[in-house]
Amino acid sequence: MSFYLFLTLLLLSSGCYYLGRRRAFTVAGDHVRNLHSLPSYYGAYTALWCGLPALLVFAAWTALQPSIILELVTNALPPELRTLPPGRLDLVLNDIKNLVNGNIVSSAPDPAILAAADHYRNLQLIGNAALWIAVMSLAIAGAAHAWRAISPKLRARNRVEQVVNLFLVISSTIAIFTTVGIILSVLFESILFFGKVPISDFLLGLQWSPQTALRADQAGSSGAFGAVPLFAGTLLISGIAMLVAVPIGLMSALYLSEYATPKFRATAKPALEVLAGIPTVVYGFFAALTVAPLLRDIGTALGLQVASESALAAGLVMGIMIIPFVSSLSDDVINAVPQSMRDGSYALGATKSETIKRVLLPAALPGIVGSILLAVSRAIGETMIVVMAAGLSANLTANPLQAVTTVTVQIVTLLTGDQEFDSAKTLAAFALGMVLFVVTLILNIIALHVVRKYREQYE
Amino acid sequence: MNKPIAPAAPARDIKAIVNAGLAHRHAAERRFRLYGLVAISLGLAFVVLMFASIISKGYPAFWQTYIELPVAFDAAVIDPEGKRDPKVLENADYAALVRASLRSLFPQVEGRRDLRALYALASSSAPLQLRAAVLDNPTLIGSTQPVWVLASATVDTFVKGNIDRSLDETLRPIKDQDIAWVDKLRADDRLERRFNSILFNHGDSREPEQAGIRGALMGSFYTLLVTFLLSFPIGVATAVYLEEFAPKNRWTDLIEVNINNLAAVPSIVFGLLGLAVFINFFGLPRSAPLVGGLVLSLMTLPVIIIAGRAALTSVPPSIREAALGMGASKLQMVGHHVLPLAMPGMLTGSIIGMARALGESAPLLMIGMVAFIVDIPKGMFDPATVLPVQIYLWADLPERAFVERTSAAIMVLLAFMILMNGLAIILRKRFERRW
Repeated sequence: MSFYLFLTLLLLSSGCYYLGRRRAFTVAGDHVRNLHSLPSYYGAYTALWCGLPALLVFAAWTALQPSIILELVTNALPPELRTLPPGRLDLVLNDIKNLVNGNIVSSAPDPAILAAADHYRNLQLIGNAALWIAVMSLAIAGAAHAWRAISPKLRARNRVEQVVNLFLVISSTIAIFTTVGIILSVLFESILFFGKVPISDFLLGLQWSPQTALRADQAGSSGAFGAVPLFAGTLLISGIAMLVAVPIGLMSALYLSEYATPKFRATAKPALEVLAGIPTVVYGFFAALTVAPLLRDIGTALGLQVASESALAAGLVMGIMIIPFVSSLSDDVINAVPQSMRDGSYALGATKSETIKRVLLPAALPGIVGSILLAVSRAIGETMIVVMAAGLSANLTANPLQAVTTVTVQIVTLLTGDQEFDSAKTLAAFALGMVLFVVTLILNIIALHVVRKYREQYE
Repeated sequence: MNKPIAPAAPARDIKAIVNAGLAHRHAAERRFRLYGLVAISLGLAFVVLMFASIISKGYPAFWQTYIELPVAFDAAVIDPEGKRDPKVLENADYAALVRASLRSLFPQVEGRRDLRALYALASSSAPLQLRAAVLDNPTLIGSTQPVWVLASATVDTFVKGNIDRSLDETLRPIKDQDIAWVDKLRADDRLERRFNSILFNHGDSREPEQAGIRGALMGSFYTLLVTFLLSFPIGVATAVYLEEFAPKNRWTDLIEVNINNLAAVPSIVFGLLGLAVFINFFGLPRSAPLVGGLVLSLMTLPVIIIAGRAALTSVPPSIREAALGMGASKLQMVGHHVLPLAMPGMLTGSIIGMARALGESAPLLMIGMVAFIVDIPKGMFDPATVLPVQIYLWADLPERAFVERTSAAIMVLLAFMILMNGLAIILRKRFERRW
């Protein structure tokens, strides 16, 4: 329905382009050079006048129509339905909407609801017809206005360029809106959450069991929202990952930039970067179905108790995933160290490894620390590997052979499945999300700052 | 007299000291070099190991076992009144035909439990297949035809050799009598392995032998379509604005810092944004590719913008000056000259961004694209799931046949990623220009 209107509008607008262009040739008389702009700009001018105002009205109308109709239908309901508590009223309205859409309704519909559904349908028909008329007349009026305005003196190019410029500026602000959206969405829900659970309990509590009672009279846990076990679990898994990724990544970067022949470098570097392109769900599958059973078997052979969802398995695989981040970032940093420093060291008789250890690494240290920080923030925010390979129970332990859970795992488990938006359980996920966002943001800012400072030092 | 200080003596000493330490130092050098080589080999070994493990688990899923059953299309069962009424044909008890045919192959089997085990050899989709055949061609009724039906997942797994028959009966999912039946069928040439087209033509299912990735593939397609339609124009416009038009002031600095930070925000946070803003605030439908595409386009935007800006800076200023010198307006200069020259680089960046979006699953879990959806989505508003999420869902299921299919789905996903990245590399090689 609205798709056809959109298509019609598009066709009309492109038709207007040719009309406007023809019109420009006509008003120009014998010489096209009499025109201020190229003829195609007159066409674009007409098309924009035809399409843009109509499109804006169209978008606003589609966004507002459902809520206005709902309001009207609610007001027309008989008083005994209208005065229902909000939750029940929502159910009634849902029934009406389902009736309108021809879906199955929960119970045998009441005549009042049937009448309301008819009313709804009528309003919808009227609304849609009015939308067509409004949009079409606006499009034609716009085109007519542009048609009349076209004259050799009209600065069509400047007008069209103004619109394009506006589009560019608006596009560039979307990044800002995204950040604002992220901050607002996690902040609002977190404030609601901290209204129910004190912030000190959340940040310092040692107990995490987010199961709250579903009904007020239900016996059972009231829920404990101490996030320390999650933070500890996240740190444990990220720590294991960094123990794998930093030595391997750093040594590979050193070898590739200092020892390897260009040919070897040209094949090994992209091959290593394949690891960065593999989707994380694949790593998760690998961790859960290959690495974890392997570790458990090895543990049993050595007489150790290894949980089947051990932190070690998740951390190891996450470390593999992060290797290319560490290696390519430190590769950049190492290459930024001036050759003269290496040459000076060689001239004093140092071997290659001595140069690396005593000159290159100290000089590149800030940059390497920055790249490790970026890798840590990546590890903390990684979700799929831990969701698939780490556990769900919040253990406060430093033993890598046991199962621990992480912030991201809890966000996913709290938010998948049925949810009520006012329960502490759901809101807790947003509070965890806020912690995650803030921590990774701080890490990124520090890391970017360190790396930039360091680059400037040698430029 | 004092001893004359021989000037050569300390020199010889230094040489001696250096020489004495040389072996040790060279050994350290060789060790260090070895560490580097070991690190690289470990990294590469992980790549090989992962691919080998997935391919070895997944390739059997591309074949599927079928059983040939002599099916008697008994008119008394299908159409007792003989009117060939499509309604009657549709609702007939085709499962009885499958059961009868299995009984005819193994007449010696008796007892409820054994019979039930026998009936379980064929997939539960076999009756549907017979129904489709009869509805297609009602003249089948009354005849006996050999029909190839899908074997159950357990039989399939056993035939592929993934169940060790030397194990104790209680430890394996297939019993001794089942093995005897399968061996008999194989001896009679009634078993066949065919290419598994179901994997590519069907939606999800609880029965592994009927589960396919078509639904997830279509969901991924619609999601990526939305992502591309939104993020490419907006990303290019932002890059053009920031590189070519933006004045250097605090506002543009803020935008730049923002974009760099967004590129490093964990993907799951974008999922929270999608849930709170698109679903709860704007009331868009849950599980829809539209919402998935919106979330992923916000994630992909920074990638496209950063790549686009790099491509724009690589266009030399002389081109801009020449265009302006010929009297072009600034927008004409960008639109006619700079943008076409930067386009290959921008496309390369976008394809890489899209490949990343294709593999992304964490934010989609938040907005409900994890539901069990059998139907193949037909548009952007239908509930759907995407390929990586399908992999996540299947990875949770314990059956060996699903492990196989998960690996196969991963192979398909990786194939798409390789395709997209390969395209990006070709584009770069083909159109790369050094000024």
